[in-house]
Amino acid sequence: MGYTITEKILLAHAVGTKDIAPGDFISAKVDLCLGNDITSPIAIKEFRDLGKKKVFNQNRIVLVPDHFLPAKDMASANQAAILKEFAEEFGIVNYFELGQMGVEHALVPERGLVIPGDLMIGADSHTCTHGALGAFATGVGSTDLAYAMAFGECWFKVPETIKLVFTGKPRKWVGGKDLILHAISDLGVSGALYKALEITGDAIDNLPMDDRFSMCNMAIEAGAKNGIIAPDAITEKYVKTAIRNYKPQRKAYKKYISDKDANYAEVREYNVSKLEPVVAAPHLPSNGKPVSAFKDVKIDQVVIGSCTNGRISDLKQAAAVLKNRKIHPNTRLIVIPATQAIYMEAVQEGYAETFVKAGGNFCTPSCGPCLGGHMGILAEGEVGLATTNRNFVGRMGHPKSFVYLSNPAVAAASAVAGKILQPSDL
Amino acid sequence: MKIKGKVHKFGNDINTDEIIPARYLNTSDPAELAKHCMEDADAKFPQKVKKGDIIVGGENFGCGSSREHAPISIKASGVSCVIAKSFARIFYRNAINIGLPIFTSREAADKLKSGDSAEVNLTKGEVTKAGNKKAFKAEVFPSFIKDIINKGGLMKYAENKK
Ligand code: SF4
Repeated sequence: MGYTITEKILLAHAVGTKDIAPGDFISAKVDLCLGNDITSPIAIKEFRDLGKKKVFNQNRIVLVPDHFLPAKDMASANQAAILKEFAEEFGIVNYFELGQMGVEHALVPERGLVIPGDLMIGADSHTCTHGALGAFATGVGSTDLAYAMAFGECWFKVPETIKLVFTGKPRKWVGGKDLILHAISDLGVSGALYKALEITGDAIDNLPMDDRFSMCNMAIEAGAKNGIIAPDAITEKYVKTAIRNYKPQRKAYKKYISDKDANYAEVREYNVSKLEPVVAAPHLPSNGKPVSAFKDVKIDQVVIGSCTNGRISDLKQAAAVLKNRKIHPNTRLIVIPATQAIYMEAVQEGYAETFVKAGGNFCTPSCGPCLGGHMGILAEGEVGLATTNRNFVGRMGHPKSFVYLSNPAVAAASAVAGKILQPSDL
Repeated sequence: MKIKGKVHKFGNDINTDEIIPARYLNTSDPAELAKHCMEDADAKFPQKVKKGDIIVGGENFGCGSSREHAPISIKASGVSCVIAKSFARIFYRNAINIGLPIFTSREAADKLKSGDSAEVNLTKGEVTKAGNKKAFKAEVFPSFIKDIINKGGLMKYAENKK
């Protein structure tokens, strides 16, 4: 019996075993581990309590204070300071200060810090994003991060794999976000619990890297352990550019592909040729329906950004919709590029000007309102539409506020209309 | 080890934003986090909960973010264990890693109701409702996980590796 791409990467990193099967518990070597300003302080404390003098590898730990920075209050400033101190003391190469910093799951691939074939863990649930590069990447907790920083290993249960096959040519204004929201509405929020989601099909072969990141990013919203897309020419071009631009100490990478006779727990097919943009209603990401099903849903705030849709092609789409238009007087628009490089490109390409002219806000990279941190918290009873990945109760502010999820083009069109609307209906 | 407590029952897909909302994540102090435990699922929970109490959930308990603050806030509020039909995977490993007992038992999660008194046998993985003779059985942990639990969490387990 052959192996899936997930099984191959886990096997290549497993310690003391020559064969693995779903359900096995293994310890495996990690190539990269990641923490942020919420999860790292706990990990750092536990690491210090262990009394180790060195981390396992100073080049393979990434610390990104992206959640509450620019520091929203004193307590957040103190948490971020813990990362900075630790990075200095232990010589962590990839610590990113405000000004370099961006949303971790956009920043790490952009800098070439994760490459195909890697085994990556992150103390952040959306670490599954990086599977878009053909790496095994999964979210863990702070204690796991502490352990990995000390020993360069982590424990895993080898997951079964669900294969998702996307076929057909998506229509205009339909992207990776819609494909994955559509699949999650089919799978449910626990439909892929403990499992790997392997994303394949001719619709994926032609899908740009940014859209692939959006898709793997939301694997966790179906409960999955990881999302993964086999590396191809599109992946290769992205990785080579990243390595050329930032010269991380990463060169050779391994391309793993699933065997023909690999075993899948389940295969689901979606023809996406007729798919409309999808909007997920409160309070679960699995509440996706075609955008046209939402009539007269008034929106107080639109957020475009996050590790799901804060990349340059996302801003480009939003700008294309907003060009020479004004946002609705009762709606506020907050655009947050995911990294400094994306911010710069949005300025150079004129997208930033478009947003501001339309009456929107163009902000510094941060997770911001995505998790209800800062830079756009919803009041009681308010309704938000966001390009983020979660619309749980209270996720963006008041426990009695409401969040809808969509792609950036629908978000921009809705900001203009003041209610949920698709760009083609503007 | 046996623990007695009152049951606090919740539904399916209880997520970590409900267990400990992000507005409180600018600290990692367990006592501070306990003050807001389960707040967005039941605003009165932090006042109601007593030492030894048991949280019962449905499917996919602890889904959402990776924040270890979620099991930490539960543990620090005195809850002795969490029983659910199934757990989200990061919550599951975080609970094991920090030494918060969790049990997967469909039967117990179905039959127990809020306000019930129950007794949990941590060693045997059994839950008995007050007045019942028969115990609900929980899924047994694989030996790898048992090792970590018996050592009192992942970092204690790691100390042997030094
Ligand atoms: S942008 Fe949102 S989902 Fe992504 S890492 Fe930040 S808080 Fe988490």
